[in-house]
Amino acid sequence: MTEIVSTTPGLYPLPEWAKDELADLKGRQKGGLVSGDESEGVEAAYDRARREVLDVQTEAGLDLPVEGQLRWDDMLAHPLAVADAVDTRGIVRYFDNNNFYREPVVTGDLEATGDVAAELAAASDLVEDLSAVLPGPYTLADLATDEHYGDEAALLDALAEFLAGEIERFPDVETLVLLEPSLLESPPGDGADERASEAIDTVAGAVDADVVAHTYWESHGGDGGIDEKVYAHLLDADIDAVGFDLVANHEDNAYVISEYGCTDDVALGVVDGQNTLVEPPEEVCERVEWALSNTPGTDFETVYATVNTPTFYLPSGKFEEKLAALGAVERAEVTA
Amino acid sequence: MSDRDQFRPADHPNDHFLLTTVVGSYKKPKWLDRAYDLYEDPDSGFDESEFEEATDDAARLITQEHERAGLDVVVDGEMRRKEMVEYFAHLIGGYEFNGRVKVWGHNYFDKPSVVDEVSYGEEWLVDEYEFTSSVATRPVKVPITGPYTLANWTFNEAYEDDEALAYALAELVNTEIERLVDAGARYIQIDEPALATTPDDHAIVGECLERIVADIPDEVRIGVHVCYGDYERIYPEVLEYPVDEVDLELTNGDYEQIDVFTDPEFTLDLALGVVDNHSAEVESVAEIKSNIQEGLKVVPPERLTISPDCGLKLLPREIAYQKMENMVQAAREIEAELDAGTVEVPATGGTASADD
Repeated sequence: MTEIVSTTPGLYPLPEWAKDELADLKGRQKGGLVSGDESEGVEAAYDRARREVLDVQTEAGLDLPVEGQLRWDDMLAHPLAVADAVDTRGIVRYFDNNNFYREPVVTGDLEATGDVAAELAAASDLVEDLSAVLPGPYTLADLATDEHYGDEAALLDALAEFLAGEIERFPDVETLVLLEPSLLESPPGDGADERASEAIDTVAGAVDADVVAHTYWESHGGDGGIDEKVYAHLLDADIDAVGFDLVANHEDNAYVISEYGCTDDVALGVVDGQNTLVEPPEEVCERVEWALSNTPGTDFETVYATVNTPTFYLPSGKFEEKLAALGAVERAEVTA
Repeated sequence: MSDRDQFRPADHPNDHFLLTTVVGSYKKPKWLDRAYDLYEDPDSGFDESEFEEATDDAARLITQEHERAGLDVVVDGEMRRKEMVEYFAHLIGGYEFNGRVKVWGHNYFDKPSVVDEVSYGEEWLVDEYEFTSSVATRPVKVPITGPYTLANWTFNEAYEDDEALAYALAELVNTEIERLVDAGARYIQIDEPALATTPDDHAIVGECLERIVADIPDEVRIGVHVCYGDYERIYPEVLEYPVDEVDLELTNGDYEQIDVFTDPEFTLDLALGVVDNHSAEVESVAEIKSNIQEGLKVVPPERLTISPDCGLKLLPREIAYQKMENMVQAAREIEAELDAGTVEVPATGGTASADD
């Protein structure tokens, strides 16, 4: 019997009031962005916003809430932006999106900060089960600039250890989601694909929880879904689920699952995190059913029904409507 | 192809003519922002006609500020436009607004959604053009956000993909340009900052431009402005675009990408960014002259237009003004040196300059 669990990959938009309040408190320039030692006022605003997005998830009926990562001014680069051996420099484009983040430049030996652990601890006081979200090591390496480790492989190793160090400080969590858009956005070539998988394995090994390596967007190096070789290597990592973006590309993703098999569990990105068109719950169900019936040979224990990408791309009203549609899924009839 | 000489001032001091202009946006005077706040506040008693009067005053002020800086072709600094996508989305039928989304840090953008077929809707820019040309003594350029950027910086709920949406918007831009031309406009700039950010987007923009220029008379000068992209992705494909001029941001990257445009030979007019709109440091005349010479590596002077990298709206007004004034002075000095034959022109000019 397949269990459907509704959840999201985090990085939420700030509630409307918090957009204004935090802009007033922190300013709109790069110098005011989160550094890990915010003022009491800023901290209080984020606490209030965190409670609010946890409530939104409860009301939406999501099975597995996330903390929301509202403080992550630099999106997935956040864990580096608050680390000691990292300089945050100019504003650079975030993937090919119309978003920008401070370029994190690694200038010394990386050490875990406990920054993400503190956020999760604050959230876990408020809800029973919690899903933690981090950038995967390959994506974090893609977003970072290295002025210390010397080569790509060494940087990737260091980032995997750095993330593992952060995870060791985490409170108990139900799942850990590692976001790995770069596996599609800048796919690793020969050798690098294996190293990416090993780095994910190192991070996954640091947590006593189910681990989802969530991929999203379309491949810029190949033609559509995740590169077959990259996928085959990813399955070598000790993870419980791979996540797929069925909004960007359902057919190629179903193909690789059929061709190469999959993990015991799977995450299906069935709600579009980058478009305001709200999917009705029936459509969300249909997408889950489509994936399950088009991946012969699989018998998933758990299916995480999720948003395909982080959701900071959405206005907060539409974001809430999307979560409500997703939350209605397990109450609707999903038949595989 | 349009004749650049229609923009040459009667009292131009040199034989050579490097057309000087700006990309478009300019910082709004603080009092205009305050007037807007009052207009938004229902209790203020400040009504629409009063806000329009304030906007007209600002447009007149900035147009004249451009003329005072000595520019050959001017704009009104886009005083009537809040933001380059939002402004048009409010006027075009088929759009709705659902709230702000993050661009970076605590900077947000009211990203619109296309929820139905797009239609021309309300008047876009003819009033703006007519007012600006009524207060200007120099020719006026009209910047319009291009359909590819309008489509990309929008949530697309109604069209199969962004490409289909871009083509539908291109038809509307074509309608608007026809109206502007009827009103007397002779210089139109299509702003496509979203170009050169994703592979193969150049083909969609090219197809959009074909639709935009359909039935537009030859004497109308059409430019396309591109910024902050990877130009290797769009060159030499842009040379096939049905436009007179390509306007590029290059100062910001210290002309590292200039060589991209020398092979194959650049056959259109080049509008070259020579001052950095993201730096509050005013470039000296000497520095700008050396930037202009970067452009002469790509095109001969008769095909070179001089402008800032991008809109100046983020700079304090006095700094923006000083940049424009230095830019014009640098262009005039280079022209005089070209007249005297003391400046080298590495670009040969190819066939396209034969009828200039």
